[in-house]
Amino acid sequence: MSVVLLAHGDGGLLTRELVDGLFLKYFNNPLLQQLSDAAVFNSPGGRMAMTTDAFVVDPIFFPGGDIGKLAVCGTINDLAVSGARPRYITASFTIEEGFALADLEKVVASMAEACTEAGVDVVAGDTKVVPRGHLDKLFITTTGVGMVPEKLDWGYHRPVPGDVVLVNGSLGNHGLTILAARENLGLDGALASDCAPLNNTINLLQKHCSGIKMMRDLTRGGLATAAKEIAEGCGLDIRLREYALPIDAAVRGAAEILGLDPLYLANEGKFLVIIDPAQVTKALDILKQSSYGRDSQVIGQICAGSGNVYLQTPLGGTKILGLLAGQPLPRIC
Amino acid sequence: MSVLKKLNDPQLGRQMVKIVKEQAARVAERLGRAVRLMEVCGTHTMAISSTGLRGLLSGLMELRSGPGCPVCVTAAGDIEQMIAISRVPGVTVATFGDMVRVPGVLSSLERERARGARVQIVYSPADAVALARDNPAREVVFLGVGFETTAPLAALSINEAAQLGLSNFSVYSIHKLVPPVMRALLGAGEARVDGLILPGHVCAVTGSKAFAFIGEEYGIPAVVTGFTMVDILDALHVLLNKMQTGDSRVVNGYRWVVRDEGNLQAQGAIKDCFYPGDAIWRGFGVINNSGLFIKEHLARYDAMRKFGLDTLERVGGLDLPMPEVDSVGGAGQCASCNESPRDPMGSLSVAGGFVSDGGAVTQPVGIAGGKMEAVGNRFTVDDAAEPRGCRCGELLRGIITPPDCALFGRKCTPASPVGPCMVSSEGACAAYYRYGATTTLVPGVERLKG
Repeated sequence: MSVVLLAHGDGGLLTRELVDGLFLKYFNNPLLQQLSDAAVFNSPGGRMAMTTDAFVVDPIFFPGGDIGKLAVCGTINDLAVSGARPRYITASFTIEEGFALADLEKVVASMAEACTEAGVDVVAGDTKVVPRGHLDKLFITTTGVGMVPEKLDWGYHRPVPGDVVLVNGSLGNHGLTILAARENLGLDGALASDCAPLNNTINLLQKHCSGIKMMRDLTRGGLATAAKEIAEGCGLDIRLREYALPIDAAVRGAAEILGLDPLYLANEGKFLVIIDPAQVTKALDILKQSSYGRDSQVIGQICAGSGNVYLQTPLGGTKILGLLAGQPLPRIC
Repeated sequence: MSVLKKLNDPQLGRQMVKIVKEQAARVAERLGRAVRLMEVCGTHTMAISSTGLRGLLSGLMELRSGPGCPVCVTAAGDIEQMIAISRVPGVTVATFGDMVRVPGVLSSLERERARGARVQIVYSPADAVALARDNPAREVVFLGVGFETTAPLAALSINEAAQLGLSNFSVYSIHKLVPPVMRALLGAGEARVDGLILPGHVCAVTGSKAFAFIGEEYGIPAVVTGFTMVDILDALHVLLNKMQTGDSRVVNGYRWVVRDEGNLQAQGAIKDCFYPGDAIWRGFGVINNSGLFIKEHLARYDAMRKFGLDTLERVGGLDLPMPEVDSVGGAGQCASCNESPRDPMGSLSVAGGFVSDGGAVTQPVGIAGGKMEAVGNRFTVDDAAEPRGCRCGELLRGIITPPDCALFGRKCTPASPVGPCMVSSEGACAAYYRYGATTTLVPGVERLKG
């Protein structure tokens, strides 16, 4: 008997199998087929984007954020990397009986703070309480809508060989912070989640750089999985330079100890930009002066090919990066 | 520049690659073939793949993986026994992450967890003790998988459980020792390697002296080294030098971590808690005195005794020799029957009636599929129950590389692994799959603007 495994929800190969083999089979339509961060569609009032996301993070409070901040930022960022200006979100709370009201208030206050920073409102919601033991403390589902500028054209059809790949800062912080907090690894202090609403930074970049071809946020599966999906979606190769990848010393050290690869760890405040090489300098200037792009870096290039991601190592060797396969697990020896 | 920075210095690394390539070319020319070295340790396997070194040295040097991944060498039977234990009501299995996805014959701990078993990933044996302390109503069984590196930690966890007076903690010890498997590997003469990169972490406990026999008895040079690119390149440089001079004495190239005599405190912890006994290794069969089992005076912390499972010693050993290799019929083929070598397993299913005071479980439910032959409370399973076509055993013996297996990257992927070498983060197949088994170099990234 086949059953759902935890790995079906890790954003990697098994998630893709589930989406392709089950959800697309029943929900098939041109908008969903794009499998992008948000669906972009025409409406009488203009072009719109819509996305939804469930948040089940454990622990619900962690260095750098909590489940509430995450629920707002995650949905806003999905809209922003699709080129949309987020306007409204809805929030659905599923709460375990016995959950402390004080903690619930902390979460909601944190959501409100993130909404204020991002300039969005929560305009609808739902609350369900389930008997103790039927779920783990608190799950939040947020849905967001935003407006997409009429002439904006981002997507897999845009990148061409020679385009440059940028990232707005250090990789793997969120994934490792959650892992360390969940497992009490004693790495507190050095690590914090990068959870942040990116729409203002992205909108600024969008306003001044017409050469942006597409963006992706680097959540589950990390940079490597997103790069692989883009390469396959575009039908081109991506070549990344390992020494150019921004990774904090604390993340690099902890990941090394645990036998994890920061390139496959989740981020919640990072996005990848593919841009015309003529606008790279301008884009970096804008990003480095923004709230969430100070450590932005050029990390690679789009090349002719057939959907591979190559990582050039500091030794001059080359390795191939694929989708995340199975949850990242710690070494045992 | 700090020592650690220097060991990861790309410029130094590139200079060393150039030197090693020149050296390897000279030695390869003399041999009339590529130099063949073996990295024994899974962490080295991953480091070699992740630095792109395998591709850089392609054509001049072949780096084969050995039996140094503890997950990979765990026999399918032991995994089935762990699965059986996970099905016992009231049991929480605490395990290192990699073991969760390793397929047994019919299932894996990951699948059992999805069906309701309590399987908890831990990062050290001490976490498992804490789990037992915090959940007194449950029996916490720690799956003790690993080599000399992790065995002392398991020993300390048993001591800690004893100090806390816990009666609901036990260890299923299938810890294994590296020197005996190296003897088995070299004694079989299948791998035909020119030199060995020895595991730095294991040697930190055993000492480099524990591997002196490699040079003395088999005449093969070996270097103990660390895990940075400079460490590994230095080991390659030393091995190539030794091949040229004919010197086969073991070299400790990891002196700031490894002492010749090893870590006596860790060795003492192992001796206090474990005794060496015969153990089954995937791909090798039974290797004498290669496993670590919990001593009699600590029986209450021994999951094997608690669950009524027999060690090979208690059933008088099993006649499971290493398969003979037919040099014509292809590596790893059994010369007598022309079948792939068996992966012997011992398996016992247990269910219901768990007695938390150390009483044995007496209700075997049996595992369907595969003909099982009982020997005491162990079983062997016929080849039909083994993954058809899986060549992890030959891989672990250094006879093949992952791309030589027909399942690699097709039927066997990290998302749907057939054999353990694709599951483990230290496994050779996972390393090749994750970082590409490139034998030709892709042109480098062009100079970028901006």
